[in-house]
Amino acid sequence: MYEFILHITSTLTVVTFFPLVGVFVLLLINKEKKDLLRWVGVGTALLTFVFSLVMLGQFDSQDAGMQLVVSESWIQIGSNWSIDYHLGVDGLSVLLVLLATLLTPIAMFASWTAIEERVKEYMIFFLLLEVGMTGVFLALDLFLFYIFWEFTLVPMYFLIGIWGGENRIYASIKFFLYTMAGSILMLVAVLWIGTVQGTFSYTALASMGNIPPGTQRWLFLAFAAAFAIKVPMWPLHSWLPDAHVEAPTAGSVILAGVLLKLGTYGFLRFNLGLFPDASHYFAPSIAFLAVVGIIYGAIVSYPQKDVKKLVAYSSVSHLGFVMLGLFALNDRGIQGAILQMVNHGISTGALFLIVGMIYERRHTRSLDEFGGLWTVMPLYGSLTLIVVLSSMGLPGLNGFVGEFTILLGAFGSEALGSYYYSIVAALGVILAAIYMLWMFQKMFLGAVSNEKNALLQDLNWREIVVLVPLLILIFWIGLYPSPFFNLMSASVEQLTAALDFGNTLVLQ
Amino acid sequence: MIIPDLNLVATLPLLFLSAWACVLLIVGLWISKDRTHVSGWLTCLGLIVTIVLVVSAPEVSQEAFGGMLAIDGFSNLLHLLFLGSGLLVTLLSLNYLKQHDIERSEFYPLLLFSVVGMMSMAMAKDLIVVFLSLELLSIPLYVLAGLARTRTGSQESALKYFLLGAFASAFQVYGIALVYGATQSTSLASITASIAVHGSTPLLLSGIGLVLVGFCFKVGAVPFHMWTPDVYEGAPSIVTTFMSVGAKAAGFAALVRVFFEGFELVAVEWAPLMAIFAILSTIVGNITAISQKSIKRLLAYSSIAHAGYLFVAIVAGGQGDFSDFAASAVVFYLFAYACANIGAWAIVIALEKTDDIGTAIGDFAGLARSNPGLGVAMTIFVLSLTGLPPTMGFVAKFYVFRAAVNVGYTWLVIASVATVLISAYYYLRIIVLMWMKDGNEIDSSPVPLNFVVVLAAVTTLLFGVLPGPVMGLLEKSIQGIF
Repeated sequence: MYEFILHITSTLTVVTFFPLVGVFVLLLINKEKKDLLRWVGVGTALLTFVFSLVMLGQFDSQDAGMQLVVSESWIQIGSNWSIDYHLGVDGLSVLLVLLATLLTPIAMFASWTAIEERVKEYMIFFLLLEVGMTGVFLALDLFLFYIFWEFTLVPMYFLIGIWGGENRIYASIKFFLYTMAGSILMLVAVLWIGTVQGTFSYTALASMGNIPPGTQRWLFLAFAAAFAIKVPMWPLHSWLPDAHVEAPTAGSVILAGVLLKLGTYGFLRFNLGLFPDASHYFAPSIAFLAVVGIIYGAIVSYPQKDVKKLVAYSSVSHLGFVMLGLFALNDRGIQGAILQMVNHGISTGALFLIVGMIYERRHTRSLDEFGGLWTVMPLYGSLTLIVVLSSMGLPGLNGFVGEFTILLGAFGSEALGSYYYSIVAALGVILAAIYMLWMFQKMFLGAVSNEKNALLQDLNWREIVVLVPLLILIFWIGLYPSPFFNLMSASVEQLTAALDFGNTLVLQ
Repeated sequence: MIIPDLNLVATLPLLFLSAWACVLLIVGLWISKDRTHVSGWLTCLGLIVTIVLVVSAPEVSQEAFGGMLAIDGFSNLLHLLFLGSGLLVTLLSLNYLKQHDIERSEFYPLLLFSVVGMMSMAMAKDLIVVFLSLELLSIPLYVLAGLARTRTGSQESALKYFLLGAFASAFQVYGIALVYGATQSTSLASITASIAVHGSTPLLLSGIGLVLVGFCFKVGAVPFHMWTPDVYEGAPSIVTTFMSVGAKAAGFAALVRVFFEGFELVAVEWAPLMAIFAILSTIVGNITAISQKSIKRLLAYSSIAHAGYLFVAIVAGGQGDFSDFAASAVVFYLFAYACANIGAWAIVIALEKTDDIGTAIGDFAGLARSNPGLGVAMTIFVLSLTGLPPTMGFVAKFYVFRAAVNVGYTWLVIASVATVLISAYYYLRIIVLMWMKDGNEIDSSPVPLNFVVVLAAVTTLLFGVLPGPVMGLLEKSIQGIF
């Protein structure tokens, strides 16, 4: 009994499953008491964030290995099955867990007035989604990881399908089937590894490192199929604009802010961690797709009429940077990529919130409808400018730090063997400036072109509260990023050491 | 005269239930027409007593009737499945029969006889017993399919089921005759011994092929599935529920026993054939299900696909070292399928009004709002049938696919998971309707039905999250049998 209590109160279990407590409370509340439902939902998510800060407090950034590990046998039968309930956090995942637990309450709080229908179900699905996301970042058993991975699909599917825009059903089914198509290939790979290697434990597999290079390539591709769709990498991105356009604001925030990171995190943790030889083998091809994605996303963003779609395509471009950094396979590249994951979560999350705020007032997101908003809503305009500048990578704000580190990493990468990737990717930064500023100019500068916009209210206190934490982070990471790098550096160095070691084995 | 060792004590559950069914048949004569539910509750009582008998049986493998029946972990587990689904179906039928005006006291004894057939099917160690059990399980079902005899759909269903069932039995019995010709025995043990000496002969292989055809008819595997949608649609939903779970599970139980035990030595010959059935069933079942408008037909095609996934595990059973694992996978899958399927059919029954109204897929519209309990439960069942975590259906698929990967059939697993994706499409449609469309209010559902739904949903979720105990029990009980 004592062990059981010790076990369920371990930090990572609480961080992952605390939202379920909120779900149970929500189930007991009458569905007409909307404000109470909202408070319980947001309160649960906030408490989860507090727990994740406790986790951060217990985290030792000097330690490269897994920390706060919880490991309990889960399905343990003879020699056939050994599946563990196994959670752990290291430098690669700690920031992402914090990102997920931070963005969830923000997104829920932001939908306070936007969601009036079926509030109870909305809050429940959001909390379930949080369980899935945090679980993916913390799971260290392939079976457990897969369960969380697939599970995130279900609540997100409902969030888009019930509270989305006009075309929501098409978008939600497309989202579901697209993502599932990738993950079932990963399922086969997981099964294969578990059967042939005799364990599903990530830590055991990573330390064994005895998968022959030829097999590694197949497994790498199977995992990559799941992750590349989720990221999404060009040319598998077509579900993303649909899902973003139709999703409710908060859904978009989580989708862009966290769910896409599940894909890049998957590459980082499993593809790089388990298949070092194959990672070297495929690095140039993945980097090539990443660079194409950077340029493609930027070019396609520019002519979009729908602001949300513009932001969605810009995600394709930004995530291309992350992929390029990861497959530079060196310390700089990977550190930059992890930081860029966080940055993208903050900046793009904020952009979607901003779009949502104007949508709530005007019920349109078409660029043509707006113009000169800055004079009407000065505070809104100023905050938007900061976020736009952060997203396009202005020095002094967060985006710059991530992208610059990635470009440095890719430039000196031995695995890529050429600096052209960096040069072309740098072009993406310029393009980002063009489409982002273009959007800002059309919406905010000049005279008020549409009289419907003349009487719009500036931000209220709730909307300011929603944006402030993100703005603080934008400046913090931009001006003083070293605490963030310190959290991850030990683990990243360990990973790159393993990657180099794996590679030299093949060369001998 | 030599009296074989009957070992009646070991077959007590089987004997008790047969006797109970006979008693009910007679007692039914004295129960007045407006009190048929008394028969229903008596049936429940009989089933519960039998379950207790099965659970309290000693945990040793035994044989009865001179080695024709096996009483072991495998048969006991399946007995629980048959008795459990019989019990749930009885509970559902209490209200269903009345509502549809087909309340007749024969219903319950027929159901019990069919359960007895299923039970002996799982115990059969002799091809003759397989055949007898198959008939014992099928004939009551033919009658039950025509229970709503004033409806042409029900008549058609009964006739079609009977004709094609008879056809399948003919295949099977012909196959048994050929196998007997090749091995001079119908007992699985002697067949194995004979194959070990003589190897595979064309005569034996054709016999095995025909036996397999008979089984494929029963479990509804492509290309012998044609009867399934019509019969499932026409038969009263309560009968379909029972058919789709019990008859299928019994078919697979005997298939496992006969092929893993009797024909294991020629697995090289039949395993590829099974792989083909697996692929065909999953592809045809899932693709055809997409275009269905009736929920009954949709579930019929989905059950064809599930037969395909079960065949994936059967393929793996051909290789000696892994046949226990494969058999456990089959049984786990059957349990997961039974829970989700009975639950889903219970909800179909809740929505169904008389004269086939309420069985279109469109009738699910808005269910999650008008009756959140049923809506959430149906969502769980549908997710489990798709094979998504955290439900039992996911673990079951994982189990089955793992069995195939164990023996190197990775290509088969890749093909099957691709069809899982197709199935997601039509299962999602049900979810879309329930959650994202508006629909009519529905009447509140009767208490026994709610009980069945809650039980099935809780089981599906609980053993989806904590499958360990069940899997441990399975592997422990089945270890060393095949």
